[in-house]
Amino acid sequence: MTDSRNLFNKVWDNHTVRELPSGQTQLFIGRHLIHEVTSPQAFEMLRERNLSVLHPELTFATVDHIVPTDNQLRPFADALAEQMMSQIEINCREFGVELFDLKGDRQGIVHVVGPELGLTQPGLTLVCGDSHTSTHGAFGSIALGIGTSQVAYVLSTQTLALQRPKVRQIKVTGELQPGVFAKDVALHIIRVLGVKGGIGYAYEYSGEVFDRMTMEERMTVCNMSIEGGARCGYVNPDETTIEYLRGRPYSPTGEEFDRAAEWWLSLASGPDAEFDDVVEIDGSQIEPTVTWGINPGQSVGVKEKLPTLDSFEAEERGGASEAFTFMDLHEGEPIQGTSIDVAFIGSCTNGRISDLREAAEVARGRHVAEGVRALVVPGSKKVLEQAKQEGLDQIFIEAGFDWRDAGCSMCLAMNPDKLVGREICASSSNRNFKGRQGSPTGRTLLMSPAMVAAAAVNGHVVDVRELLEPAAV
Amino acid sequence: MAKIEQVRGQGIPLLIDDIDTDRIIPARYLRCVTFDGLGEHAFKDDREQDKEHPFDHPHFQESTILISGRNFGCGSSREHAPQALMRWGVEAVIAESYAEIFFGNCTSLGIPAVCLERADLETLTSMVQQTPTLPITIDLVAKRVSCGDAEFPLTMAESARSALTSGEYDFLSQLLEGKAEIEKTAGQLPYLNHFQTA
Repeated sequence: MTDSRNLFNKVWDNHTVRELPSGQTQLFIGRHLIHEVTSPQAFEMLRERNLSVLHPELTFATVDHIVPTDNQLRPFADALAEQMMSQIEINCREFGVELFDLKGDRQGIVHVVGPELGLTQPGLTLVCGDSHTSTHGAFGSIALGIGTSQVAYVLSTQTLALQRPKVRQIKVTGELQPGVFAKDVALHIIRVLGVKGGIGYAYEYSGEVFDRMTMEERMTVCNMSIEGGARCGYVNPDETTIEYLRGRPYSPTGEEFDRAAEWWLSLASGPDAEFDDVVEIDGSQIEPTVTWGINPGQSVGVKEKLPTLDSFEAEERGGASEAFTFMDLHEGEPIQGTSIDVAFIGSCTNGRISDLREAAEVARGRHVAEGVRALVVPGSKKVLEQAKQEGLDQIFIEAGFDWRDAGCSMCLAMNPDKLVGREICASSSNRNFKGRQGSPTGRTLLMSPAMVAAAAVNGHVVDVRELLEPAAV
Repeated sequence: MAKIEQVRGQGIPLLIDDIDTDRIIPARYLRCVTFDGLGEHAFKDDREQDKEHPFDHPHFQESTILISGRNFGCGSSREHAPQALMRWGVEAVIAESYAEIFFGNCTSLGIPAVCLERADLETLTSMVQQTPTLPITIDLVAKRVSCGDAEFPLTMAESARSALTSGEYDFLSQLLEGKAEIEKTAGQLPYLNHFQTA
């Protein structure tokens, strides 16, 4: 008998504890990842109600948002950051949760660490008090960002009360052009469907473009599902997924791995799977993409000009006008050539080893333009070590980039890495919101890591395709 | 928990689309281990750049019902955002639509986040701008917002509406009741049982 359920609904059904009187589902959570910013108040709620952590073996903690990337010696210079760091150490010890702290070699951004340790697996429900939890959907799991009250619910009951979303299949067909990366696919999808287009939906990413992508590339696209308003995004597990998971520290081993692989593949949406909506996008038409505005949907291909105000629907015009004013960019002008002050390569979207390799390919033998401040921040200690083994750190350092320790860094600037004043930043991160990178008036242009490196060495936005040797692409 | 059937108060007009949680509470104020003290930093950067911001305007200092646009609360999942609004004094939000994590966070804090049609939001906004003291009533039972002589139909996810009106929006006690079923579900999950699926 064929199963017409898509992966999302199979995983949801497997984890359904019961239907609640409100019509919501009480859903079992298979993995819970926590970090220092959104968990302290949750542990405090447990203490207030005299509750314990029901399944501490299913929760894993790391530190990322507030971690300094230049000097990680304790105590931190920032007393508030130091207090948060101490608090997660106390909480993990008291409640029996494993913590990947700065002393070990497993620390890093929660959405980089989970996959690289093999904690993220197909068929799981996985939650974290962070919106970019959608990243983990790359493995064919239901991966949801949650608030702090919900963190407390999961700690104490290993479940959540949730409304089942609809599922939209987004098929990206064809072949990407050389110099076009997963980040461009993510930005393009959000541009087409809008920042609120995904409200009420989980996104299934399918089609040849995703079939060919590495796990790291799939993570980049799933990571930004939330920027399109979707509750989560996922890619069906396949041989690429299985090979990625083989030999990871928390992956099953031996015969158990074979049984796991069989089960994982059985969860994938089959040819008869049903969806609430299907959208098809021609991947060969996607260009290196750059945001110009104050939300991730406001973007253009690098060769395009910025839109004119009258090209927007009446209801969108106010937002576009606000974006032009804040960014000090002008309708109808090309995005290419826009000067930058800062370049940031890192974050849970693009702080993985493949991202650093792509950026290093551009930086190799070139030098950061005068007046540009450029940072490379690996997403985890493992990424940092791998990059060193491959000599990527030296390529960046010789090119004039600042090579840092692992953390979230200037993506949301909760640590000392920040934009100053009206600085404009070419960033491989995920959000160009006003004030996002630490200065209330700072400006962000989102793009792929290779495009950030290209902007860094030129001092302005350029088309990375012109810098890539034919042999390299 | 107390049932939340109606919220009454004056409105704060902020009819802008896609207001993200970084704007509601900038990330640098997340360096804290409690939610206390977040209220004064609500919309901090926006307020510094706009001296006429409604959160600073003398007319709206007694107001408790925030009126906004589409996709309110998008971006980060930080519960610090609704916590900051609540601690500033916001008791309910009226907008065209919400980002889902923000909406869920509001509900679990007992802050009704209801939706109105765009045209009704515009009418409501101009009424409040003209007469800031106009009382607004959000009636979750009758599913309407009233302001002066005007009435607008509101929409809200039924699960959230019933949770608020029945006083069961603190989901923790409900979830705790399912203990036996929680372990039963865990027992059937292959990845918690060495992948013995057969």
